[in-house]
Amino acid sequence: MLRNVLTAAAKRPLIPQRSATTLAAGYPRVSKRLPTKYGGVYTVTLIPGDGIGKEITDSVKEIFEHVNAPIEWEQFDVSGESNEGEALFNQAMDSLRRNRVGLKGILYTPIEGHISWNVAMRQQLDIYASVVLCKSLPGVPTRHNNVDFVIIRENTEGEYSGLEHQSFPGVVENLKVSTRAKAERIARFAFDFALKNNRKKVTCVHKANIMKLGDGLFLNTFRRVAEEYKSSGIVSNDMIVDNTSMQLVAKPGQFDVMVMPNLYGAIVSNIGAALVGGPGVVPGCNVGREYALFEPGCRHVAQDIKGTNKANPAAMILSATMMLRHLGLDSTANAIATATFDVLNAKKVRTADMGGNSTTSDFTSAVISHL
Amino acid sequence: MLPLRPLTGVARGALTQASRRGYAASSSTAAYAGKKDAKGNYTVTLIPGDGIGPEISESVKQIYTAAKVPIQWEEVDVTPILVNGKTAIPEAAIHSVKKNTVALKGPLATPIGKGHVSLNLTLRRTFNLFANVRPCLSIPGFKTAYDNVDTVLIRENTEGEYSGIEHEIVDGVVQSIKLITWDASERVARYAFEYAQSQGRNRVTAVHKANIMKMSDGMFLSACRQVAKDYPKITYDEDLLDRVCLQVVTNPGPFSDRVMVMPNLYGDILSDMCAGLIGGLGLTPSGNIGRDASIFEAVHGSAPDIAGKGLANPTALLLSSIMMLRHMNLGDFANRIEKATLSTIAEGKAITGDLGGKASTKEYTSAIISKL
Repeated sequence: MLRNVLTAAAKRPLIPQRSATTLAAGYPRVSKRLPTKYGGVYTVTLIPGDGIGKEITDSVKEIFEHVNAPIEWEQFDVSGESNEGEALFNQAMDSLRRNRVGLKGILYTPIEGHISWNVAMRQQLDIYASVVLCKSLPGVPTRHNNVDFVIIRENTEGEYSGLEHQSFPGVVENLKVSTRAKAERIARFAFDFALKNNRKKVTCVHKANIMKLGDGLFLNTFRRVAEEYKSSGIVSNDMIVDNTSMQLVAKPGQFDVMVMPNLYGAIVSNIGAALVGGPGVVPGCNVGREYALFEPGCRHVAQDIKGTNKANPAAMILSATMMLRHLGLDSTANAIATATFDVLNAKKVRTADMGGNSTTSDFTSAVISHL
Repeated sequence: MLPLRPLTGVARGALTQASRRGYAASSSTAAYAGKKDAKGNYTVTLIPGDGIGPEISESVKQIYTAAKVPIQWEEVDVTPILVNGKTAIPEAAIHSVKKNTVALKGPLATPIGKGHVSLNLTLRRTFNLFANVRPCLSIPGFKTAYDNVDTVLIRENTEGEYSGIEHEIVDGVVQSIKLITWDASERVARYAFEYAQSQGRNRVTAVHKANIMKMSDGMFLSACRQVAKDYPKITYDEDLLDRVCLQVVTNPGPFSDRVMVMPNLYGDILSDMCAGLIGGLGLTPSGNIGRDASIFEAVHGSAPDIAGKGLANPTALLLSSIMMLRHMNLGDFANRIEKATLSTIAEGKAITGDLGGKASTKEYTSAIISKL
């Protein structure tokens, strides 16, 4: 389970089922139809994305090749940097619908131009739950060392509804849509996640004191769902988002599982990533009823270091191991995750974000040599 | 499954601005223009507040007397009254703040029960307090995980996500409207640049999420860009909300050269996040700048559990009052009191319980006075 990742890695010989060697994909499985699999090999859609995406997915491909993982990639080099990519983007979406499982980097979104394709993917595939795992790693120097929480973020509505209009010159209205159905399924997801991963507390993050109807609906629905999990011993509480962000940077140890609407998720996941060492070490995924799309938990394109071979691929590698677990390939996932954590904790091969000067390829080779 | 939406489209970018330009454009924003009375004192409204409010206000008054600050306090009560079913502030209080244009305010407990809007919101509306200024500075001697914090955040205070316009369309579907106007964006941006100029910070960063909210945050950015042209000496840039959160929490150091300006909700969350970096709301000052008046306040709660016990920490209110002095161009007094306060905390001999000491409010106050 998530919380004993590191201790379990130390006493490795015992690899129980669904062991702790990876940041587990222990989220509730909801897919009705199985992913595409021919002759024992799964077909998975790969969208490297913009910025450092190509480098860090190359790292995953190399490692998968080394362990002979039964994954065949269907790669689409979609780029959000121009509007021309739309045809390719649509092909990638069709591929995802066929394969049900995908691995992706982050697509760039211009301020003036097309809408966010990252958001479009989540909305069109209805992959409503974003899971972000923030856990301190001994090998990664940070200001806090007792961080271990999971952010469950509603992915498909809220401020990201994209409904905006100018009602009068100089006056813009942006609609934040909140629905009970979506609040309920994300709250349920969070509690199910807590159950499966042996976590004890679920915190609802909101601003219901100001947005009494919108966030009020979210909070009330959360409280109603919480009742159903009481007998399992899962504690629930709620916290206003401004206080949450203050508590996170001062006393992050108090959080376990957090569930929140879309925009707060963007803020909290970035604070969370900063607490444990940055976007390079925070894996994540987006899960819906039919589809699962794995991507680094902290969604940065990182155009500034694009093509410099400096990016930390750990977040992408760990996200890929979550994907392997999702497909039931636990032993491969365990092996890769253990090797990745070993490299991170050995502190010998460190990329720039961890205070070293190793390259992405150095990190990849180190992981491979630990396998 | 949601219906497919076209992927390209909203490419409008710079939205049409209102043809008229608001008052904010013509004059320098909300500068203090108070006059001294016959004794050479400025009159300032004091709202002691609830809970620990009276104790910490008393502490500030004592320190001000000792430092011989030329301020005459005018104490008012803002316990809300209901007028035609709406929360209102007593006429006397409104009159006092309007007349003096500056007020210092302790924490207020919002009465629970239907009909009362939060008092802070009422004050904000009554006096048109459009900008909230939240500086956060690491306090030497009070150890947190961060020791190099020096951020200034300016938050639009009147609209955005907190417009309060919400409705339930059908059962289980709620729309909340985030309202962004050119005028309010321009006004807060202009204040941010003015503030940056007066505080010797030569950079203004607009924090936004315009890649997702292209029109609303997009207009906020257009307004900032427009204002930036009037301040050629100040560098202007823009950064995504996500990146700012990540970078401030990773290392707040680089943010010490700039003023951040942003819409309401982002500002609310980020200002408390920055407060968390330096040790919480008990150590952070806050100022609400408006057209008709400016109110400086402690943003922490009224702590009813320790009220009247003489244990409360007056630092936040004191630091807010120091911001007020600077707003009133009484910088010398501000510097003296600030120095005395910070060195008292740094010594750690006479600090209150919330900072890990054992001193009472009185002992802490005397320690500061002895250092003036």
